[in-house]
Amino acid sequence: MTPTGTTTTVRPTKPQEPQEPQEPNLPSFDVRRIREDFPVLKQQVYGKPLVYLDNAATAQKPRVVLEALRKFYEVECANVHRGIHWMSEEATRDYEESRESVRRFLGAAESREIIFVRGTTEAINLVAHSYGRKHVRAGDEILISAMEHHSNIVPWQILCEETGARLRVAPINDAGELLLDEFEKLLTPRTRLVAVCHVSNALGTVNPIARIIEMAHSRQVPVLVDAAQAAPHLPVNVQELDCDFYAFSGHKLFGPTGIGVLYGKAELLEEMPPYQGGGDMIRTVTFEKTTFNSIPYKFEAGTPHIAGVIGLGAAVEYLGRIGLERAAAYESELLEYATPRVARIPGVRIIGTAREKAGVLSFALEGVHPHDVGTILDREGIAVRAGHHCAMPVMERFGVPATTRASFAFYNTLQEVDALVAGMEKVREVFA
Amino acid sequence: MPEVRELYQELIVEHSKKPRNFGKLDGADHEATGYNPLCGDKVTVYVKMDGNIVREIRWEGSGCAISTASASLMTERSKGKSQADSEALFHVFHTLVTGGTLEEADAAQLGKLAAFSGVKEFPIRVKCATLAWHTLRAALEGAKTVTTD
Repeated sequence: MTPTGTTTTVRPTKPQEPQEPQEPNLPSFDVRRIREDFPVLKQQVYGKPLVYLDNAATAQKPRVVLEALRKFYEVECANVHRGIHWMSEEATRDYEESRESVRRFLGAAESREIIFVRGTTEAINLVAHSYGRKHVRAGDEILISAMEHHSNIVPWQILCEETGARLRVAPINDAGELLLDEFEKLLTPRTRLVAVCHVSNALGTVNPIARIIEMAHSRQVPVLVDAAQAAPHLPVNVQELDCDFYAFSGHKLFGPTGIGVLYGKAELLEEMPPYQGGGDMIRTVTFEKTTFNSIPYKFEAGTPHIAGVIGLGAAVEYLGRIGLERAAAYESELLEYATPRVARIPGVRIIGTAREKAGVLSFALEGVHPHDVGTILDREGIAVRAGHHCAMPVMERFGVPATTRASFAFYNTLQEVDALVAGMEKVREVFA
Repeated sequence: MPEVRELYQELIVEHSKKPRNFGKLDGADHEATGYNPLCGDKVTVYVKMDGNIVREIRWEGSGCAISTASASLMTERSKGKSQADSEALFHVFHTLVTGGTLEEADAAQLGKLAAFSGVKEFPIRVKCATLAWHTLRAALEGAKTVTTD
C-alpha cells in the first residue's frame, strides 16, 4: 500500500470496494513517505520551506504522474484511435487503459460512461448544452444550491436565458449546510435537472449527496454532481450513489491540468446529441449527412489531451494505492487539528462550519483583508487562496467580500498547520 | 519580514484602518467606479470641480489595505489640484510602484506617497495601489467605470 512505486502500470492490489471497510489505522499513514512522492514539496519559497495549503485550487503532482507524461512524450507521442503504427497503438492503449482506471476509480459500470473533457467546467457545460438543449423548455426549472461554484451556476444561467427556463436556488443555513427541506420544496413537476456540488469549494461543506439524489429520483429528476472538490477527498461509487452525471477535474486530483472527466449513465449519454463536432466523434461524413460515433467518442471531438488522460490515469492508480479512505481519514484529522487553532486566533471568524466538512478551512480576520493575509503568509512560504473563490453568491450570503482559504491534501502535515497559525500571528503583528 | 514591513509601512496600515475622505460626496459633478476584477476591489471616487481645480473629493468602496490606503492618500493629495497636476502625480506614483527610475525632482513631489515604495517588490499588488488613481482619472475624463485589466 506504499505509494512509492515509479511505474504507471501497477494495479492496486486492493481496489477500494465499500464492502471492505478498512480499520482506521492512522499511525500507518506515513505522510513523510508520501511527501517523497511529490518533488515540488521539497521546494523553498522566499528561503522558507513551502507550505502548500491551496489544494482546493490545484493539487500537486506525484512523480508517477510526471513520469507518465514524460513517457508519453518521449516514447509514444502519437495520435490515438488512428493506429497503423506502433507508437499510435501504444498511445491508444495507454489512453484507453486510463479510461478503465477512471471507471474503476468511480465504480462505474462501463468504461464508455467515462468521457474525457478539459475539466469540471467543461463537463458541466457539456451537460448544459447537450442534455439541457434536448430536455429543457420554457417554463422548466433547473435546481442548484446556494453554495455552488460559478461553474455550476453560469452554464445553467446561459441555458435558462436561451430556453426561457428558470434557475432555482436551494438556500443554505449559517453553518453553510444545505436546507434539505427547502431543497425538497423546490423540486417541482417543472424541475428538469438538479446540479449540486458534493463538496463546497468555498466552505468545505460535504452535501448529503445520496439523500439529494434519492429526493430528486423519487420525482424522476436526474442529478449532476459537481465533484471537483469531492473526487480528491471522498471515495465514491457512482453506481451506489446512483447519480446521473458526476464531473471532476484532473488537476485537483493530483493529475495534469486541462483534463477532467464527465461520468454519465450510458442510457442518458446515448440519447444526448453531440456537444462539439469534429474528428473522432463521427462514424461517416458526407456533405449531406453525418452519422455520429458511439459513446464515449461521440463526446470527444478532435484530438484529445492524450498526455493529460494518461497522466490522469497514473494519478487515479496512485490514489488507488494510497487508499482514498485512509487519505480522507488523515485529512479529517488535519482539519480537526487546524479548525480550533485557527478559530482561536483573535478576530478570526470561520466561514463554513458545517458538521460534515472536507479539506477546506475558510476564514475572515477582522479588519484585515484576505489579500493582505495572503501576501503576508506568502512571504512566510505559505500558499493559501484569498478571494471570492469563484463563489461570489456564497461570499454575499456570509456578508464578506472575500475569505482566506487554507485547503488540505493528504501530504500536508500538522507542522504545516502550526506554520499557518504562526503566519497568522505575523499578519496580526503587521496590522496591530 | 523586512519586505512585508516595507509594503505595509505604518502610514499605509494607519490609512487602511482610518481612511480619509471616506463616504459619498453629495452634489459631486464627477464620479466614477473602478474595479479590480481579480480581487473584487471596488473604489468609487466623487469629485466637485471648481473650474479646472478639484475643490472637493471623497471616495467609498472596499478592498485590501493597499487599495484602501492608496484611495485615502490619493484623495488627500488631489484636493486643490488641477487635472493636469493629478495626472502628473499619477505618473510619478505609477513609476514608483512599478519600480521605474524616478528623477530627483519627481521623487521630491511624492511626499507621503513614498510610503508605497514597497509595492514594487510585490508586482501583483500594483493594481491595488493604482486602482484609486485610475478611478480618479476616469472620473475627471467623464467615464463612469474603469477596470484595472
